[in-house]
Amino acid sequence: MRENLHRFFRAARGAGVRLSPAESIDAMRAVSKVGFADRTVLRDTFLLTLAKTQDEKKALGDCFDLFFDQPEPQSPPEDSKANQEDQSGSSPSSDSSDDASGGGEQAEGLGQLAQMLLAQDRNQISAAIANAASAASLSDIRYFTQRGIFSGRILDRMGIERLRDDLDNLAEANPALAERLTNALDGLRGTVRDTVSQALMLYGREEAENLRNEILRNAPLSRIEPRQVEQMRHLIRQIARRLRERYSKPRKRQRRGHLDVRRTIRRNAAWGGVPFLTAWKRRHRDRPKIVALCDVSGSVARVSDFFLLLIHSLHEVVDDVRSFAFSGHLIEVSDILESKSPEEAMAEIMSKVGFGSSDYGNSFDDFEHGWMSAITPQTTVIVLGDARSNNLDPRADILRRIAERSKRVVWLNPEGRMAWGWGDSEMPRYSTFCTVVRQCATAKQLERAVSDIVASYQ
Amino acid sequence: MADIRPSASIEAVESGLAAQGYIASRQIATAVYLAQQIEKPILVEGPAGVGKTELAKAIAAWRGMKMIRLQCYEGLDEAKALYEWKYAKQLLYTQILKDKLGEVLGGAPTLEAALNQLHDFGDVFFSKEFVEPRPLLQALEQPAGCVLLIDEIDKSDAEFESLLLEILSDFQVTIPELGTVVAVAPPTVILTSNSERDLGDALKRRCLHLHIGFPEQKLEERIVESRVPGISQTLRKQMVGFIHEVRTLDLKKLPSVSETIDWARVLVLLQAPELGHEMVKDTLNVLLKYEADIEATMPQVSTFIAKASRQNVFG
Repeated sequence: MRENLHRFFRAARGAGVRLSPAESIDAMRAVSKVGFADRTVLRDTFLLTLAKTQDEKKALGDCFDLFFDQPEPQSPPEDSKANQEDQSGSSPSSDSSDDASGGGEQAEGLGQLAQMLLAQDRNQISAAIANAASAASLSDIRYFTQRGIFSGRILDRMGIERLRDDLDNLAEANPALAERLTNALDGLRGTVRDTVSQALMLYGREEAENLRNEILRNAPLSRIEPRQVEQMRHLIRQIARRLRERYSKPRKRQRRGHLDVRRTIRRNAAWGGVPFLTAWKRRHRDRPKIVALCDVSGSVARVSDFFLLLIHSLHEVVDDVRSFAFSGHLIEVSDILESKSPEEAMAEIMSKVGFGSSDYGNSFDDFEHGWMSAITPQTTVIVLGDARSNNLDPRADILRRIAERSKRVVWLNPEGRMAWGWGDSEMPRYSTFCTVVRQCATAKQLERAVSDIVASYQ
Repeated sequence: MADIRPSASIEAVESGLAAQGYIASRQIATAVYLAQQIEKPILVEGPAGVGKTELAKAIAAWRGMKMIRLQCYEGLDEAKALYEWKYAKQLLYTQILKDKLGEVLGGAPTLEAALNQLHDFGDVFFSKEFVEPRPLLQALEQPAGCVLLIDEIDKSDAEFESLLLEILSDFQVTIPELGTVVAVAPPTVILTSNSERDLGDALKRRCLHLHIGFPEQKLEERIVESRVPGISQTLRKQMVGFIHEVRTLDLKKLPSVSETIDWARVLVLLQAPELGHEMVKDTLNVLLKYEADIEATMPQVSTFIAKASRQNVFG
């Protein structure tokens, strides 16, 4: 049973539930208290001890159902080796007992697997599959490409070699039986394939997910396929959460600083200098100030989703962010981002200013007239956009004034450096006024860029 | 009935809580049972008003233990949650003992000798006498054990969590000047959270994680039965069915169990024989807390009542 628990933990990890050894120890302690008898209680116990979020509970619950749906190996793994030898080698002594179970007199001289198949004893077959599966360490399966290998291994262990010989022999002597056996073999192959697929679902998900995430991280945001968008969002949200975990703590630390001796003494003069009331030095700290300008025009439509998602998380990480979105003209979107969930906020922003053809000059002009006062010498201005202004006046002069007022201007461009300056790209002109210019085409680059910006405030 | 020993089975927990008027789902009972068996805190998450805080109260009442409650809020710190030095008392004592100091040091010929003598007295002012225990320390000091409710942990700052870690894993607290205070009897700790903020992994790892959602219809009926005894069976079924229909709507704040109970009380007070259209319209504000939610529900009222009564006939 212990072995089984460990296999379950491995399956749970595969299902995306993060399990540390401490948690598995807890689970084992808990299980030792409730026992295995009641499956629903066992399920609740695992959900309580292992899963830490609602999502994890769901994943773990599914995993539990899938896992305990499998027939358990009938004999412990140590014995299985002996069993296989029995199965693969033709052992006449054990044949006699199987014959009686319904194989018929034709089955004589056949291998054990053949007899088992002909007998059509489902329990026996599934037990044999389970034994062979654990002998082939099926729980090591990680990638879908390994399915064939494991199926083959399991069938080998069950004695398929012998079965082939039997089939060859029977083809001449008893064609009808041979056909029955062939059909049964096909059925067996199917069952083994299902077992392997199930194992892959149980144990292989984590690797598959890691691989997929890694690919996604480095994939160009603008070329993400629609079906990957949801995964990408998930990934960006993970990035945002990591950012928040990493950076939101120090922001609040030390609200109360050291004892302010001078003020304490002055305050307590009335009590003869006995300090009943204490005064504390407040740590002075410039509040982080970020102004984000996000291009949501048609040319960057696919990327702007992710930009907005990241700005949204920026609002969660840093206190003082003001965000603006533009394509033809510019509006402030701070309130929308702060009060709504990412999806709602993005939908609203896109419906207000999205998808138009971009006009950087006009949008900068809007900004200068409406919100220039928002920029102080402590402000970092982030511009997210491809700097393609449809051959309209880029108004680089406004960016210069923004740069002069602010601490620095960071431009994140989803296009590769090669494309800057070609066609209607005004990047070279703008970049003279930017403190940092970065290509920002993949989730990884986006993460690093934002992480750098936030880190510089800590 | 004071019963400090862990209870024998999940069923015993269930009936014990039920005796206090808390109808627990099997999952809740399992959590409470395990928390006692392997001495771990329970982190309870779920929407407001499903009985997270009530659970702690019920456990305390059932096991006859004191309940100590720490309400969390932004800015809660060590001094308010754990312990504080009684500065004023310390100062007062220094003033009073000033004269004594002269007597003690009177015999010392030199300044150095006086200093050495002074060192021998040790840190009298940082002793147990001058510690003001706050809820967490109080909980550890209860000789008969207690139920420690750390309410709405998600409202506190992230660093407050780290402060809790020592208590949650080892039921002890280290006060730098005094040393480690270990719990006399390990308290049963319940933490509640509305998931306003993601809690740290370190905290979650130390707890059993229990999610209480809206109860199933049957369970909710039993809860109403236990909380509002005067209500007729038909009305109970109808109103719970109605509320379950309301919960399928996309509302700002879905009605939870506490609202169900309030509404049941109101209906009993108004002596409603069964759920009527007018009655529901008049009392909908008990169930729903936002004007927009009431407006969204109003047009559906008739359909929901019909559905709820239909269910009654077949179920």
